[in-house]
Amino acid sequence: MNIETLTRQFPQTAWDVHTRSVIVPHVCLLDVVYFLKTDPEFSMDYVSNVTGVDWLARKEKTKGPDGKESEIEKPGFLEVVYHFYSMREKRGPVILRCRTDDRENPMIPSITPLFRGAEFQEREIYDLYGIRFSGHPDLRRILMWDEFQDFPMRKDYQEPDDYEWEPTPHDEVLDRAKQHYAAPHP
Amino acid sequence: MAVDEGLQSELQKAGVFVTSVETLYNWGRRSSIWPLQFGLACCAIEMIATACSRFDLARFGAEVFRPSPRQADLMIVAGTVTKKMAPQVVRLYNQMPEPRYVIAMGACAISGGPFKQGYNVLKGIDRYIPVDVHIPGCPPRPEALLNALMYLQRKIDGQRLTGTDKVRWYDETDPAEFPVPEFGAHDLEPPFNRAVWGPQEPIQRGAA
Repeated sequence: MNIETLTRQFPQTAWDVHTRSVIVPHVCLLDVVYFLKTDPEFSMDYVSNVTGVDWLARKEKTKGPDGKESEIEKPGFLEVVYHFYSMREKRGPVILRCRTDDRENPMIPSITPLFRGAEFQEREIYDLYGIRFSGHPDLRRILMWDEFQDFPMRKDYQEPDDYEWEPTPHDEVLDRAKQHYAAPHP
Repeated sequence: MAVDEGLQSELQKAGVFVTSVETLYNWGRRSSIWPLQFGLACCAIEMIATACSRFDLARFGAEVFRPSPRQADLMIVAGTVTKKMAPQVVRLYNQMPEPRYVIAMGACAISGGPFKQGYNVLKGIDRYIPVDVHIPGCPPRPEALLNALMYLQRKIDGQRLTGTDKVRWYDETDPAEFPVPEFGAHDLEPPFNRAVWGPQEPIQRGAA
């Protein structure tokens, strides 16, 4: 199994050496997954894990051609990570990472038509990260209640303010303790 | 009115048994507390172990786990109460007939436990229903649950049927039903029932 076969077949994809994964644009995700599933060199028949990552907007320092350092604003996005294994050939994993265009209207094609096992994992990602999967047969919240509107695993999630007094607050809990009970926590 | 213990013992020697209705009532109640067959997480496994032969909850007359809230006296909240589960727990409690008792078993049920700072776990079931006995532990040993049951039995022994400190269910003004929280857009609505729970006031250092 040579991952270069994949990147050669799909020139839009890119191998990321740090995370040992293939970054796939969402327009060709289904084609890549279908290729991984059917190609005899890979024959990935098992999707072990589907999960999400939230990348906030950040500033990055770059050096221009004139040697001047400048800061550029990198927009935030959400990412879905897939781990594929081949049970038949006993190999893997092949890790795919698929990024959304933005954090406001995140949309990624669903791989549930190809791998039934991804159905609940995609529902969980929708529930906690708010990424919508086009083509998913039953995209509802799975863990939180249907009336819930937030996405709690996003990094900018604001949880409801129901702080309770604690005897030994520390770190973030200490900050909240200071907000709620100014006097006893110097 | 309690019977004088010395007089009671003297009369008993003469073959006369004297007691009060209150004692009889409480004796009956404490001797057959039927728990609701209801578990939420890992604490329920300890509850099952308590009910099995090694620890044997039957010694205390509480072995009849009822699958219906209509036949149960005791709700053992055994495990993590998620915010999604909390309305169902309150609804089950509302469906239980009086007299009813609640044991909050384990760190999660009494305060949220290790998940207290999380987004989906209720920070203690005592936010919505009155709890009689709290058992700390993660999970508590079966002995702790037995101890809680014995504590509850002692509590039932002290119940008064009349007077100003009479039990809740003989007081017509007290609510028999507790409001079931609704699923809100960000949290349960309301986040707690003010009639049974309020945020704890901070302990002032150096005061007292």
